[in-house]
Amino acid sequence: MDTYLIANTLGYPILSTLLLLPIIGGLVTLFLKGEKMLKAWGLVVTTATAVLSLPLFNAFDRGTALYQFAEVSHWFPFLDLNYVVGVDGISVLFVLLTTFIMPLSVLCSWTYIKDRHKEFICVLLLMESAMIGVFVSLNLVLFFIFWEAMLVPMYLLIAVWGGKRSDYASIKFFLYTLLGSVFLLVSIIILYVKCGTFFIPALMEVVFPFSFQVWIFLAFTLAFAIKVPMFPLHTWLPAAHVEAPVAGSVILASILLKMGGYGFLRFCLPIAPAASLYFMPWLIGLSLVSIVAGGYLALGQSDIKKLIAYSSVGHMGFVTLGIFLLSTGGIQGAMIQMINHGIVTGALFILVGIIYERTHSREIEDNKSLGMLMPAYVAYLVIFSLASFGFPGTNSFVGEFLVLVAVFTHSKVAGIFAILGAILAAAYMLRLVQKMVWADSDGHGHHDDGGDHGHALWDLNMREFLTLSFLLVFVFWIGFNPKPLMQVMDTSITHLMEQVEEGHHQLKESHHVAPGHDLAALVNGH
Amino acid sequence: MIETTSGMLILTAIIPMVTALLVMVSGKRPNIRESWSVVGAVLTFASVVNLAPAVLSGETLRCTYAQILPGVSVTLKLDGLGLLFAGTSSFLWILAAFYCVGYMRGLDEHAQTRFYVCYAAAVGAAMGAAFAGNLFTLYLFYEIVSVVTYPLVMHHQDGEGYEGGKKYIIYLFFTSKAFLLSGMVLVYFMAGTLEFGNGVMAGIFPAGTSGPLLVVSFLLFLFGFAKSGIMPFHNWLPSAMVAPTPVSALLHAVVVVKVGVFSIARVMLSVYGVNTLSGLGLGTFTAYFVSITIVCASVIALTKTNLKARLAYSTISQLSYIILGVALLNPLGVTGGLVHITNHAFSKITLFFCAGAIFVVSGKKDIREMGGLGRRMPWTMGAFALASLSMIGVPPVSGFVSKWYLALGTMEAHNWVLLTVLLASSLLNAGYFVPVVFQAFFGTPPPEDEGKTESLEKTPLVRFMVVPLVITATCSALFGLYPDLFFKIISVLDTGFFAGLTNVTAGL
Repeated sequence: MDTYLIANTLGYPILSTLLLLPIIGGLVTLFLKGEKMLKAWGLVVTTATAVLSLPLFNAFDRGTALYQFAEVSHWFPFLDLNYVVGVDGISVLFVLLTTFIMPLSVLCSWTYIKDRHKEFICVLLLMESAMIGVFVSLNLVLFFIFWEAMLVPMYLLIAVWGGKRSDYASIKFFLYTLLGSVFLLVSIIILYVKCGTFFIPALMEVVFPFSFQVWIFLAFTLAFAIKVPMFPLHTWLPAAHVEAPVAGSVILASILLKMGGYGFLRFCLPIAPAASLYFMPWLIGLSLVSIVAGGYLALGQSDIKKLIAYSSVGHMGFVTLGIFLLSTGGIQGAMIQMINHGIVTGALFILVGIIYERTHSREIEDNKSLGMLMPAYVAYLVIFSLASFGFPGTNSFVGEFLVLVAVFTHSKVAGIFAILGAILAAAYMLRLVQKMVWADSDGHGHHDDGGDHGHALWDLNMREFLTLSFLLVFVFWIGFNPKPLMQVMDTSITHLMEQVEEGHHQLKESHHVAPGHDLAALVNGH
Repeated sequence: MIETTSGMLILTAIIPMVTALLVMVSGKRPNIRESWSVVGAVLTFASVVNLAPAVLSGETLRCTYAQILPGVSVTLKLDGLGLLFAGTSSFLWILAAFYCVGYMRGLDEHAQTRFYVCYAAAVGAAMGAAFAGNLFTLYLFYEIVSVVTYPLVMHHQDGEGYEGGKKYIIYLFFTSKAFLLSGMVLVYFMAGTLEFGNGVMAGIFPAGTSGPLLVVSFLLFLFGFAKSGIMPFHNWLPSAMVAPTPVSALLHAVVVVKVGVFSIARVMLSVYGVNTLSGLGLGTFTAYFVSITIVCASVIALTKTNLKARLAYSTISQLSYIILGVALLNPLGVTGGLVHITNHAFSKITLFFCAGAIFVVSGKKDIREMGGLGRRMPWTMGAFALASLSMIGVPPVSGFVSKWYLALGTMEAHNWVLLTVLLASSLLNAGYFVPVVFQAFFGTPPPEDEGKTESLEKTPLVRFMVVPLVITATCSALFGLYPDLFFKIISVLDTGFFAGLTNVTAGL
């Protein structure tokens, strides 16, 4: 086991601290009283976790693809059920994304949440632990425990603090994810039966027969495709987003969707490389459909939150597209795109939350022409919207450009569909901004009712301003200087590509010729 | 060609942005606000002039500010082409800054602070585009121009304004996302870099790059830079004329549209290079293709009776001259095309300034109502007449110089079709400008103006408009008499390519 791990040398068990701190914080809330006290406590714990996670970035060894800051504790050695945690260049970025988004989701629900403060903070903190757990687990059972543990707090977030149709949305979310989990569990058990280990890096080394890889790949892919979500399994997402409270939407968009992409990179590609190559044309095709369908559906939405939810389907389509191009550039692009989506879509949901608190409506029609009334809000809306559709100089451009170069290298036809997605992204975001900042061409530009639709409108307060500014820094930092980020992941991606290369040999040896179906021919551009 | 590093480059793009901020901060005090925009304009021009001697002595100033991916960076670089465009735009901004005061106060427009902020920011972004050292930087500033000019187009915030703004943003973002982005990705795919090459001959593509892909990517760029107004993606420009006239004058006759044309010229010369383009026959194709725009836009201009609409179609036609010149791919043609960036800028801004001044003092937009106006606004209509001569290409006004070189270029290419296009278009230009001037000086005034003879140019506010337009008209005439400076600026772009030029001109 130790050949895959680099023991933690920071002097304190950093990953366990990150896992336990929110859980302990969550338990402490049960003894706290008063709304202010609880919110402050939530902020303190999440901020402390974020600060404590910083060494992960600073002390990260960028020259190795092994799992760092590792901690091992043998729980049930006879079952190979051990507590093994560690991060490589891929997962470390998601851990950091999680720890940094969480204080912001506490801040953005400061006045949004009106009741059950104790439960809310508790649920948020438990959620944080579970999410960090998913990214750091190197044991499949541990991974599965955290994966399932995440489901309950998220369900509660939607069901308890959600909107009018929260029952429908939360159940739908629960069922879809549970369906994926069942397949995940089955594959985990089969892998154990076959290899006798739950240790993920060891499973990556095993060369499975091609026919077995196909089934494992399909089972994993189904679970992760629901999470991403990939067309046609995306329908839970708009429902969940619309009904979730602002913090729920932020967590869902920024972190939960990334678990699908993370799963593809961590399990599908290394464990079943030959099957990944075999199914590559199908998944590229589905990603392209997601990109175009997500963009097209977003264009027709009248509900701001739904619009951003569908835009997520399109953006995550770019991520899966990048992953399944199975090239270094594609995976780099996909990784950056995931981080970007976490930052930008998180900010957009926070912006929707801010306007919902003022007008109590998420309809574009009710939130028109805010330009004169909320200038600071509008400035942020414009910048994050531009960032969302890949404006040059913002973070999304870097990811989108890498994926586009990779897709054009692979096939020109596929590239045209990806470009179509990029056009749609610009179209729906600009439509949203145009209406919210100014107004439609039907002449409703100047308000007759004193400008505020009868609601009290006030511009951003200091708390909202700081929350958004924090994310804005990352928009431009990654946009103009993505190097520090790419250095962290590059070695791990190179290692991942070596594993995928193995798949080429396995595919040849298994005497399976490349699939000759129509879709493959179309996407490969033959 | 000497390469030097200069951190000063970014200053030219930053000064207008800082100006925009200062304008925003002092929004409540109009006098201070408008002085900021004048000061910013003067400083911007000064910073360009400050960099000029180095460029003229054959250096290429260059500085990388951020490395994004291998071969993709934020790099500024100043050479002859950039200097020509930046110098023209920043100089005209000074005059436009004065003109804005007269126009905006004269009409008592709303949201003036927003107007001045976006105006300054647009010029700043255009400076960045002029100084762009690679495709990414060019794309970055090109897109910023689109964003900051949108509030200017829909300034009036009425149905017409929103409709025009919508068209503007859809045309520009659709083309840039659909064509420009794909083109950039293809270039990165083929060349592995987005950096511009040195000189105008070689381009950046390694030998053996696939021909069809080069053709496709070039066409993507040709359509992607829709700001250049090449048909069929020209329709945003007439709609953008709903903007206040200073916007039409500086932005939609000089800065914005020239960013488009400049970008196409830049891509043709610094990315593909003369050798690649002529090898693939793309130069001739482009020349024929823009000829359609030159002729059609002029014909449409004939049918317009709204003065600004007529000027807009004239702009579309004239912009294509620049691309035509570059597409000839010989030193004479390229010189003629590039020098037209400046010549057209000075003449067209004069025409728009006149249209705006007429609107402010008399409320007239339609040419048919302008009978006898020349007698009451002699300076304005005089400048208009001079600038019209430049558009038609009558010596000694500057437009003649560009057309002369363009004509020489077509003859050097032995292409009689293109020469015919140039001549026919000049006739058409005469056809739609001469009646305006004639009507103004010799036409009969409309019934409601009959008997009024007092001058309309007396009030101080009107002088804010008349003085700048007289200056631009005078410059137009001066550049026609002394075009040498511009030839010098263009020739430092690639001394080898333009070497023969001085001999040819001497021989004439």
